[in-house]
Formats: sequence, structure tokens, C-alpha cells
Amino acid sequence: MMADTLTIALSKGRIYKETLPFLAEVGIVPVDDPETSRKLILDTNRDDVKLVVIRAADVPTYVQYGAADLGVAGKDVLMEHGGEGVYEPLDLRIARCKLMVAGFEDHVVPQGRLRVATKFVNLTRGFYAKKGEQVEIIKLYGSMELAPIVGLADVIVDLVDTGNTLKANGLKPLEHIADISSRMIVNKASMKMKHGAVNQLIEELRGAVERLS
Amino acid sequence: MSSDDRWLLPEGINESLPEQAEALEILRRRMLDLYHSWGYELVILPFIEYLESLLTGTGHDLDLQTFKLTDQLSGRMMGVRADMTPQVARIDAHRLKREVPTRLCYLGTVLNTRPDGFAGSRSPMQVGAELYGHAGIDSDLEVLSLMLETLNIAGIETLYIDLGHVGVFRHLAAEAGLSAEQEASFFDMLQRKARPEIEEFLSCLDLSETQRCCLSELAVMNGGVEILEKARKMLSSFEGLSSILDDLESVARQITEHYPQVELNIDLAELRGYHYHTGIIFTAYVPGQGKEIARGGRYDDIGKVFGRARPATGFSTDLKTLLSLTLKPVDTKRGAVFAPADTDPSLRAVVSSLRQESQRVIMALEGQEADAKAMGCHQQLVKRNGEWVLESV
Repeated sequence: MMADTLTIALSKGRIYKETLPFLAEVGIVPVDDPETSRKLILDTNRDDVKLVVIRAADVPTYVQYGAADLGVAGKDVLMEHGGEGVYEPLDLRIARCKLMVAGFEDHVVPQGRLRVATKFVNLTRGFYAKKGEQVEIIKLYGSMELAPIVGLADVIVDLVDTGNTLKANGLKPLEHIADISSRMIVNKASMKMKHGAVNQLIEELRGAVERLS
Repeated sequence: MSSDDRWLLPEGINESLPEQAEALEILRRRMLDLYHSWGYELVILPFIEYLESLLTGTGHDLDLQTFKLTDQLSGRMMGVRADMTPQVARIDAHRLKREVPTRLCYLGTVLNTRPDGFAGSRSPMQVGAELYGHAGIDSDLEVLSLMLETLNIAGIETLYIDLGHVGVFRHLAAEAGLSAEQEASFFDMLQRKARPEIEEFLSCLDLSETQRCCLSELAVMNGGVEILEKARKMLSSFEGLSSILDDLESVARQITEHYPQVELNIDLAELRGYHYHTGIIFTAYVPGQGKEIARGGRYDDIGKVFGRARPATGFSTDLKTLLSLTLKPVDTKRGAVFAPADTDPSLRAVVSSLRQESQRVIMALEGQEADAKAMGCHQQLVKRNGEWVLESV
């Protein structure tokens, strides 16, 4: 982390694609394409801005420890991570979806503990704890929809975009947990030490978000 | 545990090998000498004590950070210190009971249940100083200056100081009539500077336009000293706040004057340790380190539960972190003199006198094959014409 460069952590796929227009609007254009390039650190047209493209769930960790000054992370990932050590000054209003509890419409609430399959272990535990319910959480890494079908879990907690995957598997959204969109996050120390550059970028991006969305 | 991993230390628990241990010890001595020269008296604190006194007035976080066990003698809960600040406060309030300003310093290993900070250590070597019995900014300044001197001694050159005051948030929250629960949620959002959430939260509250505006602006009231001017305009309708802003400005000005190399920032929404801090707070950052490396601030009345409320301010840092950041490697004087295994009484005398001159002398052991070089010595004692003389290796 050089004193005068800014490193922005992005995750591959939707967040990367939808963040690019904002960056372009404030004059930051990557020189390499992460889909074709094998480079992990992407140069941009500006010498003082670098991009790192990593897994979505790793973005808060990179930013928390200052390996990247800024990052774009979904609210779901931030809620799961706990958001410790990072600032979340800006809602980019991209990659929007809902975090929901889903299951069979006629699912029978079990006598004992509800079994919930999810990749969001912490936030699921917190959500049910707030409701005064203790649940059994089953950590999965993908294909949540399968869990209720094969009897691994009673319900799932997952991101719902169009709801088509749920429907195709005979599941329905049951409870709304939170509206999700991507946030610009900032390392606390970077905010102090690169105050001018970081704040300027955030304010420019804030303007870009207003103009483009 | 298999024999393969028998040597593994628990996560976050570390040891220092000779070179590092020596560097740590040199740094430790320099620091204690520094505190001594500023009139800070060293106290040695117990590694373990009853939980009630250890967790006094510090909030929930420290409770979770503390290793606990039951005392077999009294049946009471004991804790291994996770932070030495409450212990020093106990000493000032209950043991010393002085009327004059009291300056104390301490240094020792603390134990945390969860790894904190960059290195993920659970056993930092906490070092710090506290000043009791003075409520004005003079003591804030002294403690902050001593923290800067500490970092300077550790060889840390580029330094950023973040200055704040918990009074601004406290005053605005009270003025707005936030319930404890609302205050807690607002506090959480403010710590994350989550502006979208803050605005949504404030729009649901019954507040005047000024109140709403000030609370929302708190999240962006950070920057150079000039931010205080902006804050002054913004917060002009709140009478109690102008003296707080004056204090901050005065501290900032004097620090910049005496330590021009230090980059100073103001952040009115930085509320680390909000639950026990009562005034000016400060944090130190260095480039390349994504987390703070030292911190401190005012926490008046911490001694209240020990029977005596006094103004108090102090700072603390971790010696191991500082050592890892130092730019000037600590000279660990690794040279030594090698003495052969010889029963000659005159050799003994020579060795003794060398040792008294603080030379390091390593005696060969009978039958030892490793020579002076192998033992890492730069000189050796050799008998020439019946006299023991030093020769380079």
C-alpha cells in the first residue's frame, strides 16, 4: 500500500461489471480485462489507481486489513463479515437483490429446531436470534435450493434476485430479511492517511451514482 | 495431539527467539527510561486478579477479551488481564490515594481471547502511561506527546494521528433525545460511516432540521484541522460544544507546532472506546498498516468504583507491533568473546574483568569442538607469553 496510490478491491462478475460505469464516469478505466487477463492486480489509465479482483467474500477482509484501500462489497457479504474495521460511506445501488428465507410454501415447522441451510451463517444466526428463535444452521457453499428438496434443511436463507431458481425448484420466498445492494467500503486507516484522495474519490462516485442510476 | 503437532503453539500465542527478544528488551528499557525522564513511575501489575476489578467500567468488549477461571481458594471468578488500564486505575484510586497529579507507567504481557490487530496476536506486550488528577487539556497534551515520543523511540518516522472527542456525539445524541437503543444503532452506523443507513435512520426520527443535519454531518466531519471551522459553523446552535471544539483546536495546534512531522487529522465521529472515554481521544496510524498502532484518550472517573473518582488520561500500545514496524533495526550487540576451557586461574580473572566491563564472554566447555567462530564470537582469548590477550576471530 503506497502512500499515494489507491487500491480498489472488486469481485469478479456482476459487481465488477456494474461498478465499471461508475469508475469510468469518474475517469478510471482498467487497462486489463479480468475475464481474459491472468493478472490479479489490474492497472488503470490512472497511475495512482489499481484494481484487485478477488472473491466477493474476501473483499471486506482485504479492506479491513488495508491490503486494499477501498472495495465494493454486497451488503450481504458485509452483514456476514460483521463490517468490523471498515467504513461504508456510499451505496452504489448496484447488484440489487433481496436476502430472504425461502422454502416450500406448505413446509411444516418442525417440533424441535428449524434447520436452515445457508452460506450466511452469522447473519442467519443473528436474524433468528432477534426473533427469539434458536435454529440449526447448515453451512453450504452453493445450490442452496437443493437442501429443502432432499430434506437436508427445512428452509434456506439466500439471495433472491428474480426468484426464478426458487420457482423452478418449487420453492417460495417466505420472509424478507434485508434489501441488498453493493456498498463502497473504505479501510479505516486509509481514510485517515489518504484522506484527500479517498474522500475525493467517494464524493466523485457519489455524484456518478446520482447521475447514472 | 499427534507428535507432529506437539510443538505447535495455540493460535495467536507467540514467543521471541534470542535476537527478537534482545531487541524487545532494549526497546523496553529505552521506553521505561523515557517514562522515567518524564516523571512517570513504573508499577508492576498482577497477571491475574478478580474479574470484578479487572472489568471495571470498561464495557462488554473487554469482558469477551478476558480469559477467565475460577479461583479454587475463594470460589470467585478470576481473569487474566486483557488490558492493564483498569489495573493502573485501581492503583491510583485505591492504593496510592494521592492528592497531587499522579503519573504512572506500566509494561507487560496481556492475554486476549481473540486475536486483535494485524499480526493476529493474542499475547501483546502492552506498554502505556496514565496521568491522573488533572482535567484540562494540559494533561491530554502531555499524554499525547509522550505517546509520540514512544513511537519516535521505537523508530517510527511517518506517523498519522487521528484526534477526536467523544463529547460531540454524546452531546448531540442527548440533545436529540435518542433512546439507549436508538443511540446504540446510530453509534454502530456512525462507526461504519454508513451514510445511506444514517440518513434512512434519521429520517424515521422526530428531530428538528438542525438536529437531523448535525447528526448526519457527523459521519463526514473528518479531515485536516480546517474541519473544525466547518464543525464550528455547523454546530453553532449547540452551546456546550464550542468549548470542546476549542480544546480540540488547541491540542491540534500545539501538537503540530511541537511535532511538525506528524500528520494530524480530526474525526468527530471516531468513537473508539466510547463507553468509557469521556473527552479527547487519539489514535496513531502508520502507512502500510491497515490498523491503528497506538491509542489513548481521556477516561475521567474510571477510579470511581474503587472509591475515588479522578480525572484520568492515558495511552497504550503494543511493544511487539512497534518492534515490527521500526525502521531503525535495534542494535542487538551480537558480538562476544570466546574463552577456552582452561583451568588457569589468571583466565578466570581476565574473564571476570571483561564481564564487569559489560563484555559478553562465552566459556568453552570441556571437550567442546565448536570453535569461537561457530559460537558466534568476534574475539577470543588466547595465551601469548603467559598473558591472556584478546584476538579477533
